[in-house]
Amino acid sequence: MLLNQFLVLAAILFCIGVYGVLVRKNAMLVLMSVELILNAVNINLVAFGALNDDVGGSVFALFTIAVAAAEVGIGLAIVLLMYRNRRSIDLSEADMLKG
Amino acid sequence: MSALFAAASADADIYVAQNVFFGLIAITMIWAALRVVTTSNVVHAALWLVVVLGGVAVQFLFLGAEFVAVTQVLVYIGAVIVLFLFGVMLTRASMGADESVAREKRTMATVTAVLLFAVMAVALIDSFEDVRLVIDEPQSTTLVSDSIFSQYIVPFEAVSVLLLAALVGAIVVARRD
Repeated sequence: MLLNQFLVLAAILFCIGVYGVLVRKNAMLVLMSVELILNAVNINLVAFGALNDDVGGSVFALFTIAVAAAEVGIGLAIVLLMYRNRRSIDLSEADMLKG
Repeated sequence: MSALFAAASADADIYVAQNVFFGLIAITMIWAALRVVTTSNVVHAALWLVVVLGGVAVQFLFLGAEFVAVTQVLVYIGAVIVLFLFGVMLTRASMGADESVAREKRTMATVTAVLLFAVMAVALIDSFEDVRLVIDEPQSTTLVSDSIFSQYIVPFEAVSVLLLAALVGAIVVARRD
């Protein structure tokens, strides 16, 4: 198999995730798009690890999974707090800090 | 037809079956990812995300990283999706249809994503045009664990502390006082 198969697939997933982050207004859906981006990165890490016959790629993919789990936990806590305070998780309404 | 297959198999060595399955799964993943960012129902988005994450696990298997694939299924499909569904339930204001996004915003996001993909695709195809992956046997979990607990012990401990901090932080942020 070609290395580029995996890298281009990861690039497509990454760009779809970027589109989702830019276009979504619901905070939950933005978090899901971030997960798409992180998974694209993981595919790249494992593919380059397989190319170089090195376990470092897999190890760092595992670290990324752990960090992504932590990110989702904190992110959902923040979204819950936002919902509790404002009764809405629409990111376009969260502009209190705007100058 | 058979000549076509023979040419294809000569071209790609003996990986025809793997390439066919790769293509099917890749198309499924891309479709599911597009549904994640376009569907108007938050629960449906979470369920389409399951398809993408499962496809990523299969890609890890193609790459011979079986331990990462199992971890992907356990952590992502097992835990993260459940967290998402709980989040959707607790913020029930968003259960129904999603917001309608302004047209120019959607256009600009599409342009950004397509341009980004064009740049990355050109760079990738230019750099790794004919690089082949030869995966003879799956990566042994023994190697991965030995590597984590010797060479990468400091990042491993850092991730442990990070998870603890995230746990405490999430409780502190989300509790009612």
